[in-house]
Amino acid sequence: MPGLEDLYREIILDHYRNPRNRGELETPPAHRVEGFNPLCGDEIVLYLDLDADGRVADIRISGQGCSISQSSASMMSAAVKGKTIAEIDDLTRAFKAMMSIHENSLEGAETTDPIEAPDVKLGDLEALRGVVKFPVRIKCATLAWNTLAQGIEEASA
Amino acid sequence: MAVSTDPLDGTLLKEQFPLLSREVHGKPIVYLDSAATSQKPLSVLDAMDDYYRTINSNVHRGVYMIAEEATNRTEMARALVRDFIGARSSSEIIFTKNATEALNMVAQSWGRANLSAGDVVVLSHMEHHANIVPWHMLVAEIGIQLRWIPLDAEGRLDLTELDTLLDGAKVLSVTAMSNVLGTMNPVRTLTDAARKAGAISIIDGCQSVPHSATNVQDLGADFLAFSGHKMCGPTGIGVLYGREDLLEAMPPFLGGGEMIRDVRLDGFTTNELPWKFEAGTPAIAEIIGLGAAVEWLNGVGMDNIRAHEISLTEYTISTLHQRFGDRIRIHGPSSPLERGGVFSFDFDGLHPHDISQVLDQHAVCVRAGHHCAKPLMKLLGIGATARASVYVYNDTADIDALADALDATGAFFTL
Repeated sequence: MPGLEDLYREIILDHYRNPRNRGELETPPAHRVEGFNPLCGDEIVLYLDLDADGRVADIRISGQGCSISQSSASMMSAAVKGKTIAEIDDLTRAFKAMMSIHENSLEGAETTDPIEAPDVKLGDLEALRGVVKFPVRIKCATLAWNTLAQGIEEASA
Repeated sequence: MAVSTDPLDGTLLKEQFPLLSREVHGKPIVYLDSAATSQKPLSVLDAMDDYYRTINSNVHRGVYMIAEEATNRTEMARALVRDFIGARSSSEIIFTKNATEALNMVAQSWGRANLSAGDVVVLSHMEHHANIVPWHMLVAEIGIQLRWIPLDAEGRLDLTELDTLLDGAKVLSVTAMSNVLGTMNPVRTLTDAARKAGAISIIDGCQSVPHSATNVQDLGADFLAFSGHKMCGPTGIGVLYGREDLLEAMPPFLGGGEMIRDVRLDGFTTNELPWKFEAGTPAIAEIIGLGAAVEWLNGVGMDNIRAHEISLTEYTISTLHQRFGDRIRIHGPSSPLERGGVFSFDFDGLHPHDISQVLDQHAVCVRAGHHCAKPLMKLLGIGATARASVYVYNDTADIDALADALDATGAFFTL
């Protein structure tokens, strides 16, 4: 039985209590995008400012959610600041691979071969690895990432 | 601590519910999510099992013995439901998949036949999505208008403008009891006002029918929808009660077998009530299970169940307030007489998902989320709540376990 400590690592609780990049940006120039988790009512509002080179010049996050969705959003905001869209794409795929490896094994697959993931250092985000043991919460962890992907797509359209 | 007496105290009802004897994470389960679905007593499980083992056959038109038995048992279940809610005739009891389907049936069948652009339907701010979205669909399809009964500070319906809201309305559709706040609404006052205004009244009885005696004549309701699985019955079976003259005048909802009297190449005529609204093979085992659930509830006595829950509500509110003071906020009316045993709460500023995750480690099952009532959540200014809800089989020990687990939750998230 996975224990609570697997889910709520200290670093997660730290990001939950002291969220990074919390707030709003003026729109325009920033792009505003909302994400919802229809299961639990969590919502995230993400403000994204891409510079001329396609880098995330600034990012802010508001909304409400549980410790997992909030800390994931906080860590994500810190991780993507200053990165290019291509770098963020790699990071997103690496993060999702970390989340979905266990989804596969839940479905009874023998192998734990990771989904093809870019060789990217996840840093603090590694702390969320324990979430995969609590399948209901995976959507909490990925909400911010899906919202970011939508925001980038809209902002660079 | 409780001041009212509990007629079910010491009756060992838990022993009749097999699931309640299991363990979760090595601890005895504390099931506090009956507003989502209730547990099932052995008699319900046995009745369904017996159907499959001894009389499994399709109902109606079978001339052989077991088919007749199966038909009899489903129609006996209908009669039990009829008497359980004080309907005049079995023709007024339509079996549906659940309360959601029952509400959709009224909106789609009665609504499309009787509503046109600009017609007004009055709902309340505390409705479940099942009593909102079907009407939104008619807004899009027909162009009806929706009006909303507001709430007061304690989460009761604010009826000061009721007559104005109902002025010119065709439909009033409201819940008898909020699945989030626990508020029990003054249904008779509402249906009287609707009738005076010339509107039909539809009551969502999902949360009220399992927990207190129901009589549709006393309620003055034209339609009443409820689900079997919240009243000790199985999933997949619900009920739409409708006044016979209204049902007679309504077009059918789904077409197919069972609901027809005659089918020709150029058309069809409908069967008589209630089968006109029951196309296809019904959920036979579930209907029989619902009948057994009604018998079980009758055996305990609905007035006893209500008294038990009032007593447990007093205990819950006073225990949680005594142990946690300002750290907890329980939504909804403070008087146990104005509410059912549904307790949505905020605790320590923690997110409901985090609360329910830790409670689960203590084998305490509560719900976390928006409870399919997003407009209400928006009104309350929150995204979600944790919700504990009790039923006939819960006792004060369950509430003590909840309080202990909340204590541990608070400690876990404190630095």
